[in-house]
Amino acid sequence: MEHYTMNLTLKVWRQKSSKEKGSFETYKVSDISSEMSFLEMIDVLNERLINEGKEPIAFDHDCREGICGACSMYINGRPHGPWTANTTCQLHMRAYKDGDTIVVEPWRANSFPVIKDLVVDRGAFDRIIAAGGFISANTGNAVDANATPIEKDKADAAFAAAACIGCGACVAACKNSSAMLFLSAKVSHLALLPQGGPERKSRVLNMVQQMDKEGFGACTFTEACEAVCPKEISVTNISRLNKEYLIAGLTEEK
Amino acid sequence: MLNSRIPAGQLDLKWTDYKGHCKLVNPANKRKLEIIIIGTGLAGASAAATLGELGYKVKAFCFQDSPRRAHSIAAQGGINAAKNYQNDGDSVFRLFYDTIKGGDYRAREANVHRLAEVSANIIDQCVAQGVPFAREYGGLLSNRSFGGTQVQRTFYAAGQTGQQLLIGAYQQLERQVSLGNVTMYTRHEMLDIVMVKDDKGVDKCRGVIVRNLITGELERHFGHAVLLCSGGYGNVFYLSTNAMGSNVTAAWKAHRKGAYFGNPCYTQIHPTCIPVSGDHQSKLTLMSESLRNDGRIWVPKKQGDNRKPSDIPEEERDYYLERRYPAFGNLVPRDVASRAAKERCDAGYGVGSSKQAVYLDYAAAIVRYGKIECGKLGIDNPSAEVIRKHGVDVVKEKYGNLFDMYEKITGENPYEVPMRIYPAVHYTMGGLWVDYELMTSIPGLYALGEANFSDHGANRLGASALMQGLADGYFVIPYTIGNYLADEIATKPISLDHPAFVETEKAVRDRIEKLMSIKGTQSVESLHKRLGKIMWDKCGMARNEQGLKEAIVEIQQLKKEFWSDVRIPGGINEMNPELDKANRVADFIELGELMCKDALNRKESCGGHFREESQTDEGEAQRDDVNFKYVSAWEFKGESEWQLHKEELNFEVAKPTQRSYK
Amino acid sequence: MKWSEFFTSSVGKKFVMAFTGLFLISFLIVHVGINACIFADMVDPDDNGEMFNKAAHFMGASYVIRLMEIGLFAGIILHIVQGYMLEAQNRSRRKEGYAVSMGSKGSAWYKKSMGLLGTLILLFLIVHIAHFWVPSRITYETTLSEVSYNGNAMHDVFSKMVEVFQNGYVVILYILGCFSLAWHLLHGFQSSFRTVGVHNKKWLALVQSVGIGFSIIVPLIFALMPISIFFGWVTNS
Repeated sequence: MEHYTMNLTLKVWRQKSSKEKGSFETYKVSDISSEMSFLEMIDVLNERLINEGKEPIAFDHDCREGICGACSMYINGRPHGPWTANTTCQLHMRAYKDGDTIVVEPWRANSFPVIKDLVVDRGAFDRIIAAGGFISANTGNAVDANATPIEKDKADAAFAAAACIGCGACVAACKNSSAMLFLSAKVSHLALLPQGGPERKSRVLNMVQQMDKEGFGACTFTEACEAVCPKEISVTNISRLNKEYLIAGLTEEK
Repeated sequence: MLNSRIPAGQLDLKWTDYKGHCKLVNPANKRKLEIIIIGTGLAGASAAATLGELGYKVKAFCFQDSPRRAHSIAAQGGINAAKNYQNDGDSVFRLFYDTIKGGDYRAREANVHRLAEVSANIIDQCVAQGVPFAREYGGLLSNRSFGGTQVQRTFYAAGQTGQQLLIGAYQQLERQVSLGNVTMYTRHEMLDIVMVKDDKGVDKCRGVIVRNLITGELERHFGHAVLLCSGGYGNVFYLSTNAMGSNVTAAWKAHRKGAYFGNPCYTQIHPTCIPVSGDHQSKLTLMSESLRNDGRIWVPKKQGDNRKPSDIPEEERDYYLERRYPAFGNLVPRDVASRAAKERCDAGYGVGSSKQAVYLDYAAAIVRYGKIECGKLGIDNPSAEVIRKHGVDVVKEKYGNLFDMYEKITGENPYEVPMRIYPAVHYTMGGLWVDYELMTSIPGLYALGEANFSDHGANRLGASALMQGLADGYFVIPYTIGNYLADEIATKPISLDHPAFVETEKAVRDRIEKLMSIKGTQSVESLHKRLGKIMWDKCGMARNEQGLKEAIVEIQQLKKEFWSDVRIPGGINEMNPELDKANRVADFIELGELMCKDALNRKESCGGHFREESQTDEGEAQRDDVNFKYVSAWEFKGESEWQLHKEELNFEVAKPTQRSYK
Repeated sequence: MKWSEFFTSSVGKKFVMAFTGLFLISFLIVHVGINACIFADMVDPDDNGEMFNKAAHFMGASYVIRLMEIGLFAGIILHIVQGYMLEAQNRSRRKEGYAVSMGSKGSAWYKKSMGLLGTLILLFLIVHIAHFWVPSRITYETTLSEVSYNGNAMHDVFSKMVEVFQNGYVVILYILGCFSLAWHLLHGFQSSFRTVGVHNKKWLALVQSVGIGFSIIVPLIFALMPISIFFGWVTNS
């Protein structure tokens, strides 16, 4: 792998707080190594801003290995940047070449209000999970783990859905700001497992209700969410969610 | 002075006895008792959920934007449990014994045995919550073996076990939030504990001061008890596999208020991480230890060999782990594997542009699996190409996500070229000293998970951290906290205007204002980097007296520089990540000094702590059970001043022997 | 859960879109089947729209089918009204937009343009209704001639068709209408099945391939009607 350095122009959304209006600032960065990660490039810029007595760019990030779901940058018109199955923190600068201009924006959706610069509030996701994204199993109640065999295919499919990192890229990419991929991943994860059976109906109804309350849009199957999902969660899950909702809505007694 | 409060009696009956005799709190009283939990990783989330279920009023805090992002999420390999589903001779005793031995006989027998006992319940609990562990075709759970053990007792969910376990605990936590039993505070960081004297004059932990990281406001919260589940302090090294936000602040504040710090020098350096690529590096990425199950580790036999790995013939490669440790080979425990890699690189056999790396090679595994697959498929005399194709498919199925991650970071295809790996700081066995009940030396203040020191001794075995975090949260604290709170039912919630709250908040505010008023010239990041370099060079994989003494002086100097020349832009009453970082780095600097002091005091080598003065003729770690068979519990006495308390370790069942993996 | 809640949640609204969409798709099959009768003239030059006129007469004379026609209009109106409401609601979910749009990174343009395609179809539909439905169902006394086959008198809808499609602009308009329909169906067909819960891979593959076939073949046959008449492949003599 050939390494190289590059000079870039960055246009970054700056916004002091949720109450103030934001705007784009342009920064030139130089001598960026192709081996750096995208966030390390931002680190370099921030270090310079601090030395110049300016405020660094605020952005969410934590694990920097693509699993915590904190990082959330909309880079040149795509959540998490140009690579597929990738998070912002795992994007590396070899994706760019000398002289490129990169526009960085926060996730945009009414349900994800900007807190500062590129930091948004994704608390809606927690509230959706609290509405039903769990199996009610108090500690100490469990039977032996091997008491209920689970078809490998189903367990694998449940895992694939459960791999969601809750980053919100699906919402950011969706033209409707829909959270259906996120929601469906959880509904699928739990509906595929026998343990999730008893709460199957109330779960899907309550979670959809909460999602609507949070102000996310409806799904129109444009599949943009799947294309940008770092964990490649399939839109098939949305169909499964809809099926669960249909059955639950028609058969629930209340 | 130090009372570990280990129940009397036979080792395997201690926990049963304890549970049968500890005090209980009746449900009506639980509703009146408030518990504060700091951190929402495996330990914090599981404790919050379980205590909420029991009926306590719980407040949980995390600095991330969601409890689901705690760094437990990044654990890859798996979680151990003595289920013996594989019929390969595992048992509670064996898990206990492996953990004690793996920890190089520096852990408490009673705690470790309890951990092994509850390990099986954890798996049951997680499956009931819907954690999608890997399964066999028959629908039963699958297991794999992990570095340092000879049985298959590790449960896993691809390379994302930590994620799945944390999501399981997080869901239980959110369920309690929806039921109103837990109040969740995200983007809140604990900046001090509040101590209040009870009517007998005993100082007890009664609350915390937290900072709202969005508005910058300081808040006071009362609790009958406070649980620190704030993780480890590996970021003291600046570069580590920890998350960027992982910090020691909560534990350190408690330490300064009187909680003893146990074995701070015990750091785990993980052998399979992606090497540093340059000065810009902000963190290191771990590659699961499971890779050592099939990969072979080697360096060229010739020093400074610059040939491409594919150009180095078999006979000119040194598979040094297989050579030095024929019995365990590439599967030796982490501390051993890490030191061996360092030894080779220091001796000039390292590879890659930095020469600070060794190869982890899958070529042999690809051929081996390919041949097996061809056999299964009935392909006679397959060509090398066909074997390779099938072998790659098998490896992809087993380790695909890890290989992809490697490729994303380095831009190299690990199916074609051997991976380059180097050890990196990963886990800290040390932490707040706790007794058998997980209570620190401050009454009412508990430490769970990586934040305490208790179960891993001087070296943690793979897949045991997840086990410990969940054991503490799901199965230990619900019993032990009742034993304390049963005597607190008469304690009314203390007013937030109590002088202790007011004074503590003022001290926190003063410190923040002081930090902001320095207006120096150096960024927090640059000072943190310098601290990391001192720690890595002098208190890293190998330590010696002279280096540690130098490090102490250098850190004290750095501390002065920090407090006189740090530059923090922005304001106090707003979101200010630089200020958050400064608060944390200031604590890391103080911790770094204590770590060096502890490492200097411990003249033996044990587990992750390797003192160059104490090694065998073959260069292996040499323990000194006569002089150092104790836990070092450090009491904070003032700036740069600590008093050492020793908790003698008694091994009644697992008799210490020299660890050998040869 | 009350019915009102069921149908007004974001998922419920999509059910309404999907079920009405599927209903309209089934209507298209009937519509294209009956209208394709005009091509009988290409096989038998003496047909002169007889087969089509008979079929149209059957459709117009049956009360059952006239009742279903009311259902059809209800379905169309529901689909349109709900579609616009959803579109408006979905658009309002992102008050502050992006400076750099995603464009076609991630999803094809037509998947994101159902509202636009639907509007084009609606415009076409208004013209189409004015051309045929109004003359044959409301003002037929003045707008349609009569024709008689074996003593059975009926409206000569075919002649009306031939008359309308003599105008080249009308033909172009119809072809554009069919294009909009094709793209709308290309997404709508499979999407409506997925919305009502088809998630099994096997079925999904079937739905997707049938969907592509349907969205190409049906609009193509429709488009061939004005073209055939305009170019005289299908005539009244």
